[in-house]
Formats: sequence, structure tokens, C-alpha cells
Amino acid sequence: MGALENSLNHNVLTTSVDRLINWARRSSVWPMTFGLACCAIEMMAVGCAHHDFDRFGAGAFRATPRQSDLMIVAGTVTFKMAELIGRLYEQMPDPKYVMAMGACATGGGPYYKFGYHVVKGVDRVIPVDVYVPGCPPRPESLIEGLMALQAKIDRDNVLRKDKVVVTSA
Amino acid sequence: MDFGEMAQRVKQLCPDDFVAEFGEPARDHYIRVKPERFAQLMNVLRDDEKLSFEILMSITAVDTQSYEPTKPRVKKGEQAPPDPEMPEKRFDLVYHLLSVVCNHRLVIKVYLDDDVTPSIATLTSVWPAADWHEREAWDLMGIRFDGHPDLRRILCCEDWVGHPLRKDYEFPKQYHGISAE
Repeated sequence: MGALENSLNHNVLTTSVDRLINWARRSSVWPMTFGLACCAIEMMAVGCAHHDFDRFGAGAFRATPRQSDLMIVAGTVTFKMAELIGRLYEQMPDPKYVMAMGACATGGGPYYKFGYHVVKGVDRVIPVDVYVPGCPPRPESLIEGLMALQAKIDRDNVLRKDKVVVTSA
Repeated sequence: MDFGEMAQRVKQLCPDDFVAEFGEPARDHYIRVKPERFAQLMNVLRDDEKLSFEILMSITAVDTQSYEPTKPRVKKGEQAPPDPEMPEKRFDLVYHLLSVVCNHRLVIKVYLDDDVTPSIATLTSVWPAADWHEREAWDLMGIRFDGHPDLRRILCCEDWVGHPLRKDYEFPKQYHGISAE
């Protein structure tokens, strides 16, 4: 680097834009304050001091979708609620992520066969990034799910989007 | 007041054609009322000093139709064969009453006449608490409460089809474009 070689030694990091932006994104994944059933109780436990979601930068539960990056679908999704979930998802700014927490949000859970009112998985309404199994999942599981999401964010390309091929039917 | 005394009191206050049966199984004794006298009897139970049931705790609707699809109670266009185990009427309503003043409880039951569009007098003017209970019974079991001020669905979406807790309920294939299968 010629003349600058020694003067910048201790003050400059070299990295890629992707890594820098992904680092910023995964370090402050703000979830939405949004719970549908008993899973939400477990989600609250994760947010509290003992498990401390804030260690992962995801402790700031926002009370509005417009400030949230992550929607944790914590509980049973009914048809009555599905429309509202879709609307909340649309209100979140990009990049946005969705975590299906527990058996109900993943695939209907115990309501799969006789739950006339239950959507058989929230992925029928909105796209899901991470599925966390359990009924409800232990706090450790939710933390594992968040770490999986962070790993996924890390793989994202910010500037070079993969080409989307649209084929007409 | 125990059940025997309550039954005695009801006999005193009401003429014979009010009550269909004083049921005394091992526990949870009940009084079965004739549907046409139902609202009158409930008024008596609330207003009488010795009984004074101020609180309606719950309304339960029972569909006594067999769940097995092989022996439906009502089939479109044909007569179901008689089943000795089945009660005569399809829909049964169960009311739990509580008196705080007298510290006693009572169960009232009433069979509904129509098997397809059952209806009964509303109790909203007797106990305001009946309002939402009756809406729930309408929503999930399809029981009409004549005279109810606002008989809308309370749990399901407003455009929901059918009454989900009926034994012959058909599950929706999809709702607003979301597949339900």
C-alpha cells in the first residue's frame, strides 16, 4: 500500500461490504412484540434476564412492525388471525425475517387433524426462514433458532442478488 | 338447600307442566324443563327468595348425535333407524346456576325440539351474562335464541360457514384462499 502501509496498521480493517452489512444486520435483529398462544410465554422468558435474548442483539422487542426485523410467530395461527399476520408482515421493512415457533406455527401441531379453525402452518400465509420445533420450545431452542437465523443472514449477498428467473405459466 | 329441597320448592312454585324430569344420577342432579316453559321457570329460580339464583355461570350445548359417520342421526332425505341408546332429541342445553346468598347451585337442562334449526327463548333479560354465552352456543352449535338482542358469531369469523361443534360439521377445504387441508 506504499506510503499508507504503516500509518493505517492499527486503525483500519479490510472486509467485504457483504460481511460488514450482514454483521450489522445479524447483530441487531429486533423482534416484534407479537405472541399468539402459550409459545409467547416462552418467548417472554427468553427475553428476560435468565436467558437474555439481548446477548444476541435480539432483545429489543418492538411494539410496531415498522421497527421490527423479525417476526416470531409464537403460537397457534387461526384463520381469523392469518389475515392480520399477513398484514403485519407487509408492514415490516425489508430485510425481514420470520421464525415459526413451536408445533402449531410450524404445521398445525395438535390441531392438525381436528382444528377446523387452525392454519396448518404459518408458511401457508407468509414465507418462513427458520422453524423451531417444540410444544412449546424451550428457551434454548428459540436461541438456537435465532442463531440459525443469524447464520442465514450471514450467507446473504447484499449487492449481488441472485438472478430470479421468472417463467410464465 | 340441597337438591331435594330445591325440587320441592320448584314443585311448590310451578305447576306440574313446567318440569319434565327431576334427574338424580349419582352426582350433578338436574331439573329438566319443558322448552315452552323454560324462560318462565328461569325467572322463578332467580326471583324466589328461597332459591335466589343471581348468577348464571355457564351455558353448555350438547349435540347428542353419534359421531360415527356410519350412523348419523339426521341424514338428508331419509329416516335414520332408531337407536335405543340415543336420546329422543338431538340438542340438549345445560345451564349452571349459582346462588351466592344461599350458597347453593343447580343444573337446569332442556331438550330442544328441532333437530336442524333448534331454538329456545333467550335469557338475556333474566341474566345479562347470558348474552355472550348464547352467542357462543349460536356460533359453535347453531342454536337460535329467540329475542336475543345481538345474536352474532362471537368466536369464528363473521363469514364462517356452518357451526363447528356440531357432530355433522364438514371441515372447510379452504378459507380466504388459505388451504385448510
